[in-house]
Amino acid sequence: MAKNHKVEPIGGPPSDVEHLKLESNYLRGSMTDSLNNRITGGLPELDNRLLKFHGSYMQDDRDYRNERQKQKLEPYYQFMLRVVTPGGVATPEQWLLMDSLADKYGTGSLKLTTRQAFQLHGVLKWNLKNTIQEINAAMLTTLAACGDVSRNVMCNPNPYQSELHSEVFHWSQQLTSHLAPKTPAYHEIWLDGEKVVDGADQGEVEPIYGPVYLPRKFKIGIAVPPSNDVDVYSQDLGFIAIVGEDGKLAGFNVSVGGGMGMTHGDTATYPQLAKVIGFITPDQVLDVAEKVVMIQRDYGNRSVRKYARFKYTIDRHGMPWFIDELQDRLGWELAPAREFHFENTGDRYGWTKGKDGKWNLTLYVQAGRVVDTEGNKLRTALREVAKIHTGDFRLTANQNLMIANVTAQKKTKIVAILKEFGIEEGSNYSALRRSALSCVALPTCGLAMAEAERYLPSLIDRLEPVLANAGLQDQEINIRMTGCPNGCARPALGEISFIGKSPGKYNMYMGAGFAGDRLSKMYKENIGEDEIMDTLTPIINRYAAERNKGEHFGDFVIRAGYVKPVTDGTNFHE
Amino acid sequence: MQLQVTNSPFTGEQAELLNKLLPTLTGSQMQWLSGYLAFYGAGNNVALASVAAGAAAVAEAPVATISAVPDAPKEATILFGSQTGNAQRLAGRLADKLKAQGFEVTLSAMNQYKTNKLKEVGYLFILASTHGEGDPPDNALTFYEFLNSKRAPKLDGAKFSVLALGDTSYEFFCKTGADFDARLAELGAERIVDRVDCDVDFEELASGWLTAVAGAVSATSAAAAPQAAVVSAFPVAAGESEYSRSNPFMAEVLDSLNLNGRGSDRETRHLELSLEGSGLTYAPGDAVGVYAYNDPALVEEIIAALNWNADEKVVTGKAGETSTVREALAHHYEITVLTKPLLEKAVAFSGNSKLAELVKPDNKEDLKAYLNGRDLLDLLRDYAPWTLKAADVASLLRKLPPRLYSIASSVNAHPEEVHLTIRKVEYEAHGRDRKGVCSVYVSERLQPGDKLPIFIQENPNFKAPVNPETPVIMVGPGTGVAPFRAFLEEREETGAEGKSWLFYGDRHFVTDFLYQTDWQRMLKDGVLSKLDVAFSRDSDEKVYVQHRMLEQGEELYKWLDNGAHVYVCGDEKHMAHDVQSALLTIIGQYGGKSQEEAAAYLSALQEQGRYQRDVY
Repeated sequence: MAKNHKVEPIGGPPSDVEHLKLESNYLRGSMTDSLNNRITGGLPELDNRLLKFHGSYMQDDRDYRNERQKQKLEPYYQFMLRVVTPGGVATPEQWLLMDSLADKYGTGSLKLTTRQAFQLHGVLKWNLKNTIQEINAAMLTTLAACGDVSRNVMCNPNPYQSELHSEVFHWSQQLTSHLAPKTPAYHEIWLDGEKVVDGADQGEVEPIYGPVYLPRKFKIGIAVPPSNDVDVYSQDLGFIAIVGEDGKLAGFNVSVGGGMGMTHGDTATYPQLAKVIGFITPDQVLDVAEKVVMIQRDYGNRSVRKYARFKYTIDRHGMPWFIDELQDRLGWELAPAREFHFENTGDRYGWTKGKDGKWNLTLYVQAGRVVDTEGNKLRTALREVAKIHTGDFRLTANQNLMIANVTAQKKTKIVAILKEFGIEEGSNYSALRRSALSCVALPTCGLAMAEAERYLPSLIDRLEPVLANAGLQDQEINIRMTGCPNGCARPALGEISFIGKSPGKYNMYMGAGFAGDRLSKMYKENIGEDEIMDTLTPIINRYAAERNKGEHFGDFVIRAGYVKPVTDGTNFHE
Repeated sequence: MQLQVTNSPFTGEQAELLNKLLPTLTGSQMQWLSGYLAFYGAGNNVALASVAAGAAAVAEAPVATISAVPDAPKEATILFGSQTGNAQRLAGRLADKLKAQGFEVTLSAMNQYKTNKLKEVGYLFILASTHGEGDPPDNALTFYEFLNSKRAPKLDGAKFSVLALGDTSYEFFCKTGADFDARLAELGAERIVDRVDCDVDFEELASGWLTAVAGAVSATSAAAAPQAAVVSAFPVAAGESEYSRSNPFMAEVLDSLNLNGRGSDRETRHLELSLEGSGLTYAPGDAVGVYAYNDPALVEEIIAALNWNADEKVVTGKAGETSTVREALAHHYEITVLTKPLLEKAVAFSGNSKLAELVKPDNKEDLKAYLNGRDLLDLLRDYAPWTLKAADVASLLRKLPPRLYSIASSVNAHPEEVHLTIRKVEYEAHGRDRKGVCSVYVSERLQPGDKLPIFIQENPNFKAPVNPETPVIMVGPGTGVAPFRAFLEEREETGAEGKSWLFYGDRHFVTDFLYQTDWQRMLKDGVLSKLDVAFSRDSDEKVYVQHRMLEQGEELYKWLDNGAHVYVCGDEKHMAHDVQSALLTIIGQYGGKSQEEAAAYLSALQEQGRYQRDVY
């Protein structure tokens, strides 16, 4: 195979983080000393950067920041721990462990992330090691939950086709472990050198990543049409399951180059949708993923981090070059992509029966926050369920929870438990609320410029009557909010979305495809709640009056001329 | 003391007259009179005689008597045992008085005094405070032990008097002074002025004792040419100020903030006070005395319990100043502590016979138990009915004493400011919520812009090493860390090169790490060389500063061996004791010393001023 597009990696001096990674000796740094320093609850910048590879971010409670400064106290440093759960699947035992850790070391709640992982918030430095040890003892890990590596691999939880789910889930696990860093640093630092599963690597320390890992984070997701719940086009690398005529998994269409993040005010940064480049069989998945990751390793921008995501690498050199490079490294060619069709990105709430006769319940979890509140003892209810559950739990890409593989006998018990604690499956909420997605933002996320998780519910409180008046209470509209433009709640794929600019102020976007196949476009810049309401109310009313049959909100606002369609990330800012 | 023919040069008649007159004199009258008599005795009697012809008749005899004892000693030794500096200051005043009378004075802290000189001593004056459970102050300990041992010399021929400082709310009130007094008599010395025991409001009684001592020595010795009868002011650390304990400065509150983070179960005030225009200054290790006000709600409850008219005027000052009884209770008298003398006096006003029963010597233990943790309101409620009138408060209650707080700032780092670290004291006892007078006042009612009456209380016994290269080890958990902020700020300002090591502890790291960012900055800048912290409630096992010291024992001993000074500030009952044990363990273990040798090593440090404590 001839290379038609020979290119050189982008130049420029490596960024500080690149130096740091190199000097860290495969993610060790001075972590152990920094953890033992009792004078500060935080970590120095360098170790904090490394910590991400170990699955944790140092944060501080920003609500406390100013008053603590006056009080001559350092910021309220605490750590977010993200737990790798490939495909979002956890056993009841693992659920119970995470639940107990939330009380023991965290802030009493569990966060189900938009990437199907668990997050514990508020862990103090002195408790990090114990927490990580307990997580590992339950056969979970935090390794590579964050950092410049391939993250938790997402996967549709598919309640309908149980056999298909177990196959795609298998590949999400395989991908996660194949692309996990191999450095023994994690075990040395957190597990006192013990290896939970013995897999001593005699050769290179990091055969896939090398000593400086990737230029930026790398995200992989597997979708099972017609659901695009994992927002496969937002992933650096996507696999779209193709079912053969026999009803079994035939293989995957491969999509590359998606990503949500951007930087306010820098139009060289933009969200981008991945593009489908071909079809592969299941046994080719690991090979393809490995080679794609290695291309990004070699060609990604290591000089400027905000330009380092894989999407920019592809856009810089062009897709033809990428496909050539990939096929060159694979030594074989991709097959032509196969037909498929996505219908939506949301979850279907309530009980469904799988083909194997087991039951699955999808529960609405507001903002993915599993917590007991006045009148809603969700966390207690789920703990009681976990105690008797014999199937598994599946964290969905929409921050909801599926109680899966339930026998008919257990179903009765689970229904009774949920009833006892007054937990509704979600159909009682408005369609808008069920379709809402938000990131954590304030007070713990260091990147947040505005509220998200704490604020979106109250904005929806104001929007619900508007929709009800317009007769749209059952119309699903994807609404998403993030505290910053990095895009954890995939706002560029919301039919209505808000990206934080400053406290109380958001850029408002509209026009994304309901099935996650078109980006949204900015409609208003830097507006507060009243202006949001004043802006959206007439649009909603007009949508109610003028929409075509089955026409989604994101399509309508384009047809009605509110926003132009975004045909590619590169024209997102036009 | 009562003058008699046997213990004075006076005739029976003279003694009687003097005995009648002397107790009625105020301190300043006595002072004036002693100067007057000295002048008179020096040959100016004619002029004076015309002023006070009646006095001339009695005056001749003393003149003759004085000249009749030319061999009486002209040297005086003044020894003090002082924790907060009060006894030391009073000793300084006595020294000035005696020098003014021509004496050669040896003034010394007890542990600095060469005990082999004791047998030659003529006049010996002891000023000593008492701490905790009747304990001598740190700098009195070795002398106290020596004097009470078999090695103490016979003191026949020595003349002495003792001034004891204490607090009647403690069981062993003025015990140290009393012990010295008894022991000196037992060793054969002659008591020339009776011991005076001072309560927290010591000024008046102490001045009386100083005057009585000065009078007694001039009466029993032929002093050299007297100087003017002006007692020089005791020296102030640097500069002179008109403000003092008896004339506090109204310091404006510049800032008041809670050092404990949200979620803490404690509240610690960091107060920044302005000294502008006061002329007051201080050195690290000194303290500030704060006059605070009682809780107004408690005052109202007391008035209600006695059915008084809150606006009734009562006399509150010696010069006959008056205020309403509400204000008197709020500003002038102590109402949160009960003492044995208070209860004894209260018997006369209580219609409840059980109170008289309680104060009987047989019921000592019951009384002690009752006094513990109760206040005036408890007394009023428990032993009603009362015949107590508002006008009786002056005779019944103690003056509201100032609270002392170790200064948390260096005046060089914060010119014309002083910073204090005050932890709010609140607790429940005997079914009622109790509030610390000063700490709650500054936490809840004092606002920036308000003025707070303060004075500087020097503490000569808690001072950084003179040599800036000397390493210092500082142990100050909780608010005990305050003086070390002052020490370190001072070292930063003066560029002291010596190494420094701070041990700090409290309950929770996140919320209770007082001055955390100050220490972090000092560590970064090298002003602080080492910092070890212990947070007792963050782990299953309670960890305290002494545990951190033991963990680092080897290193700590090296520091000691290299001449480090050790400073301990904070809680006396538990912390200071545990820290001392840790020090002894470390000295024993890493210095290869037996228990006795380690104790001797630490005592030697103490004597050399290398182990200083400011504990409370």
